Amino acid sequence: MFLRISTTHQPATDLGYLMHKHPARAQEVKLSHGKAHIFYPEASEKRTSICLLLDIDPIEMVRGVRKLSGKKFALGHYVNDRPYVASSFMSVAIAKSFSTALNGTCTAKPELVEQELPFEIEVAVVSAAKGGEMLIRKLFEPLGYKVNLERHVLDSKFEDWGKSKYYTLKLSNNVKTKDLLSHLYVLLPALDFDKHYYISRGEVDKLLDKGKDWLGKHPEREQIVNRYLKNFRSLSRMAMEGLSLAEEPNEEKGPIEIDKPRRKTLHELRLKRVCQELVASGAKRVLDLGCGEGKLIQLLLKQKQFTEIVGTDISHTELNRAKDRLHWENMAPKMKERIRLFQSALTYRDKRLHGFDAAALVEVIEHLEEDRLEALEKVIFGIARPKTVIVTTPNSEYNEMYETLAAGDMRHTDHRFEWTRAEFANWGDRLASDKKYSVSYHPLGEEEENIGAPSQMAVFVLEK
Amino acid sequence: MKIALPDMSLVLLMGASGSGKSTFAKRHFLASEVVSSDGCRAIVSNDENSLAATNDAFDLLFYIIGKRLKNGLLTVVDATNVQASSRKKLVQLAREYHCLPSIIVLDMPLRLCEDRNAARKDRSMGAHVIRHQHAALRKSMRNLKREGFRKIHLFKSTEELDTVTGIEKEKLYNDRKDLHGPFDLIGDVHGCYVELCELLAKLGYQITEAPADESNYGIQVIPPKGRQVIFLGDLVDRGPASVAVLKLAMSMVNAGHAICVPGNHDMKLLRWLKGKNVAMTHGIEGTIAELEQEPASFKVELRDFLYKLVSHFVLDRGRLVVCHAGLKEKMQGRASGAVRSFCLFGESTGEIDEYGLPVRYNWAKDYRGEAKVVYGHTPIPKAEWLNKTINLDTGCVFGGSLTAMRYPEEDFVSVVAKEVYWEPTKSLTTAEVLLTSQQEHDDLLDIDDVRGKRIVQTGLMNNLTIREENSISALEIMGRFAVNPKWLIYLPPTMSPCETSASEEYLEHPLEAINYYKKRGIKTLVCEEKHMGSRAVIVLCRSEAVALNRFGIKNDGFGKCYTRTGRNFFAQKQAALEQAFLEKVRAGLDKANVWEKFDTDWICLDCELMPWSAKAQALLKEQYAAVGSAASHALPVAITAMQQASARGITDLEELLTKYKYRDQSISKFIKAYRQYCWPLESVDDFKLAPFHILASEGQVHSNKSNEWHMQKIAEIVEKDSSLFQATPYKIVDTDSEESIETACSWWMDLTQKGGEGMVVKPLDFICHEDSGKLLQPAVKCRGKEYLRIIYGAEYDHPSQLARLKKRGLSRKRSLALREFALGIESLKRFVAGEPLRRIHESVFAVLALESEEVDPGL
Repeated sequence: MFLRISTTHQPATDLGYLMHKHPARAQEVKLSHGKAHIFYPEASEKRTSICLLLDIDPIEMVRGVRKLSGKKFALGHYVNDRPYVASSFMSVAIAKSFSTALNGTCTAKPELVEQELPFEIEVAVVSAAKGGEMLIRKLFEPLGYKVNLERHVLDSKFEDWGKSKYYTLKLSNNVKTKDLLSHLYVLLPALDFDKHYYISRGEVDKLLDKGKDWLGKHPEREQIVNRYLKNFRSLSRMAMEGLSLAEEPNEEKGPIEIDKPRRKTLHELRLKRVCQELVASGAKRVLDLGCGEGKLIQLLLKQKQFTEIVGTDISHTELNRAKDRLHWENMAPKMKERIRLFQSALTYRDKRLHGFDAAALVEVIEHLEEDRLEALEKVIFGIARPKTVIVTTPNSEYNEMYETLAAGDMRHTDHRFEWTRAEFANWGDRLASDKKYSVSYHPLGEEEENIGAPSQMAVFVLEK
Repeated sequence: MKIALPDMSLVLLMGASGSGKSTFAKRHFLASEVVSSDGCRAIVSNDENSLAATNDAFDLLFYIIGKRLKNGLLTVVDATNVQASSRKKLVQLAREYHCLPSIIVLDMPLRLCEDRNAARKDRSMGAHVIRHQHAALRKSMRNLKREGFRKIHLFKSTEELDTVTGIEKEKLYNDRKDLHGPFDLIGDVHGCYVELCELLAKLGYQITEAPADESNYGIQVIPPKGRQVIFLGDLVDRGPASVAVLKLAMSMVNAGHAICVPGNHDMKLLRWLKGKNVAMTHGIEGTIAELEQEPASFKVELRDFLYKLVSHFVLDRGRLVVCHAGLKEKMQGRASGAVRSFCLFGESTGEIDEYGLPVRYNWAKDYRGEAKVVYGHTPIPKAEWLNKTINLDTGCVFGGSLTAMRYPEEDFVSVVAKEVYWEPTKSLTTAEVLLTSQQEHDDLLDIDDVRGKRIVQTGLMNNLTIREENSISALEIMGRFAVNPKWLIYLPPTMSPCETSASEEYLEHPLEAINYYKKRGIKTLVCEEKHMGSRAVIVLCRSEAVALNRFGIKNDGFGKCYTRTGRNFFAQKQAALEQAFLEKVRAGLDKANVWEKFDTDWICLDCELMPWSAKAQALLKEQYAAVGSAASHALPVAITAMQQASARGITDLEELLTKYKYRDQSISKFIKAYRQYCWPLESVDDFKLAPFHILASEGQVHSNKSNEWHMQKIAEIVEKDSSLFQATPYKIVDTDSEESIETACSWWMDLTQKGGEGMVVKPLDFICHEDSGKLLQPAVKCRGKEYLRIIYGAEYDHPSQLARLKKRGLSRKRSLALREFALGIESLKRFVAGEPLRRIHESVFAVLALESEEVDPGL
């Protein structure tokens, strides 16, 4: 909420012309949920600083935002960090307060526009969720900034609560004024990863406009675009196309997860293997239980063999995402005939799951409490009884390969357990013998000595 | 003259065009009871004479009839119906819904029909058409009975028609909703006369000899006052004295002391009595040998007796259904061959099991009806309830026992068989079972019992509707986070705050909370301190064995402590802590003699568990401490910069500076506010548990006790172990006394100034109604000034903010609180009454669903 831009360019008072704001007066600009104040705490020839201070009305924001966004919006609380963090509000304030400078205009001293000037910037505070210091550096350093960070504790009384995601950010660089502002305009919300209003196509245009000179060359452009657009895939793709950097449509990325460095390959490989197994089983009617956003379904649709594909998930939101991904509304009727999606909980008996040849549970079981697995076993293996059931789950032995993962931690916050290969086999063997299935186990991903592959798969086949 | 039709009937009108069917229908039936083919033509084509629309029109006609019959409504089909093929389809439809087909024939003179048609301007029907119809009608007449019509009314002239003054709806034979019992229901007797007499004696019936007359067979039975026996069929075969059993039963039925439904054996005997060929197997040979000794007149009487038996009865306002082999909900109170067959044999899947016996479809597993179904037919070791159904055939003839159930008491009385009269094919005693059939069945809930739009009946508020989108949210939470649903016998309701305070300084003040009740005529209130922890429901058994027996829970300990959304209070990796905590709670309850005091071996407590930081760690870190950290590191930098600018002589910053200094102070207060409710949790001894309701124990939901009673009983527990339990200080307030109200207000002031969260104001009675009968809020909360910072933000008490916050609407929150309260009590009542899990879960699930309704998060 606080931004200070200082320069030691001589005479430093030129900053007033550059920013198009008079150093002797405090000024204010109206924003949708508050005001921005502009003032100069120092203005000497040696050094001049201009501050942009946001005064956001959190209650107004809560009430306004809730109308716009529906209930799941994280800002929908009275207690939130929005008034104190440099976010997209800051971008809006920069654009409104310094529009002239951002557009590269300086009527009084036009020669300064194209000059790289020594700037120091202080932002209090930035939030760098899911990325932290490394991310901040990756975003600013390639643009020539020297980065100085101070990370804040959550609460000094409870040190064991650890550090917060907030930093006081200090930058210095020799840079053109308009570039400095456009960097801040794009990168601050990308860091923050939390939009203050609903994301729309207009966002893409703003991003392309502010980033046109530099974003295309930035090594982290993809991450910047994704974070700026909050991982809205279609928008991200549109933006990447705008930057003439579109990749193959298949190369989409999901939300950032801990195994991300390998995820692209691992998850795709996993789905491919599951799809192969399903094809090999000879199944015609298949269930994708816990289909999530529908990636496996996309693969299954391509196989003529599958005449009926049913995807279920406990999360209605995920199902909607899957529908998005599959272009549900515009799907060809012949394709739509083959596929159904509905909400189901695998701990409740569900007759809609009966009569299928095969079922896949890809990275699903670890999202259930271990003591609820018995219900799942009954529902799938006891009652629905497809001829083939494929179950995949992470191999916890492999976790030591993830550097960012502390010992004993799990790969995903919603994982209730992660099993070693032996634990998985124990469960599978007992289940198979109880429910009259035979079972085989397979590694998923590249195997390492002693610890196995990152993920594991069990294929259950109903005994005749 | 009134014409009689069965109550639940599909009535065809038959007659040529112009015979007066529509006029007749209009005169004698409700408009909604009549479905006309011409009307359907008009709906699908805008032309009620369109022949092209015939197929669509009849599709619609069948659809409407199907819906009406499904709902058990008499339906009249206004179409010519002169073709056998069209009648056949309708008869089939009636059978599908187990309704009786009837027909009213308007065989009017041909001339009359022709004249009427000629007079109609909107229709140009050739004379030949009417002639054909007339001929087809005549031809149909003799077949109607064979086609399956139960009632046939024929009218041959307008004069005859005009004598009809109305319709008399006849009750079906099986409709005995007017009989309320009490009953003694007895399972399959199979000729076990000695055991039957013993059982009747045990039930209090006196059996004496009497001079024989044509109806008593020399037996006189005096029942206990007002009671009646219901025989569930299969009186005969296999056992030693089928005829004696028959005579006793017939005597009792004739004297009005018993009701009897037929069993498959009884009906087989009837076939033999009628002279049909029957296979001399399964014990009929013995019965026949006995009958050979009887006079021919007895056989005739027996034949008549058996012939008149009705397949099943719906009794006691529809709450009880009795039959031999069970009956699905959609067949109850209906009549068809299929219903009769189900009543006699149940439904078999066509498969044969390893003993060579037919595999029976377990209809009871899927039973969702409201009526209790009592039946027999399949011998089982022990009678037990499953989804409101119970089989009383405990295999007496196979050496088991003869069982009776008293209704409505639901006590069981049984007599052990004197000997094995007939070797069972399949052994009656099975392996030791841990769970009852109901518990076994309840191991899995069915998604169809929770998904979609639901209507839940509650004792406190009648029918509550749960919208589909809310069920969707609840399913996700239940499926992903909730503990074993068998533990979830209750979820707590949300609580509304009081009206906003009239005073300028406060958002909430106790005066408004007290006035809420005072205005509604409540004289005595209980004001309880509100502890700041996390809401916790504790369901605790005296031992793991109790968890197994009463809750049907295997290998999941003797208790659970769960949150308001049904999630385990303890994470999986805290299993040891959870165990220690539950043991500590149990030890405390042991010490306080709770089990003896409440005569129970399990208890359900509504509590606040502290510290807040134990469960809300994530919330604290991600939201409260995070905001505190962000603000306290951003604000000072801004303040310093403004001070620098002011020092330079920039003048217009004073106001802004003041504002930011105020913000900085507010943030400090905010941090202080949440810190009070946090302390490190190193061991089980750091927990504090403050119970405030003793919700339920065996046989009792304690919502009939006063809130003061709850406070007192809890105080008795707390004093036994104050290291874990924390008392809830409370004040009784007399709403007629200003002084008493004043005392409560200053007490609140005192509590909240010391950092307390605030207080909860409750009426003395746990469940409380307005004079108008409207249910009142069970509690209203009133939160402290500092505490509210963590709800509405650090600066909420700034006059500009406060003014806006005061514009808050409570009606939605209040309505939710009431509905959730009603559902919570409902689920407890259902559990205490021993209802199936799905019934308890329905109510608990509904609370969770309502919680997903959007309300202002600050309330």
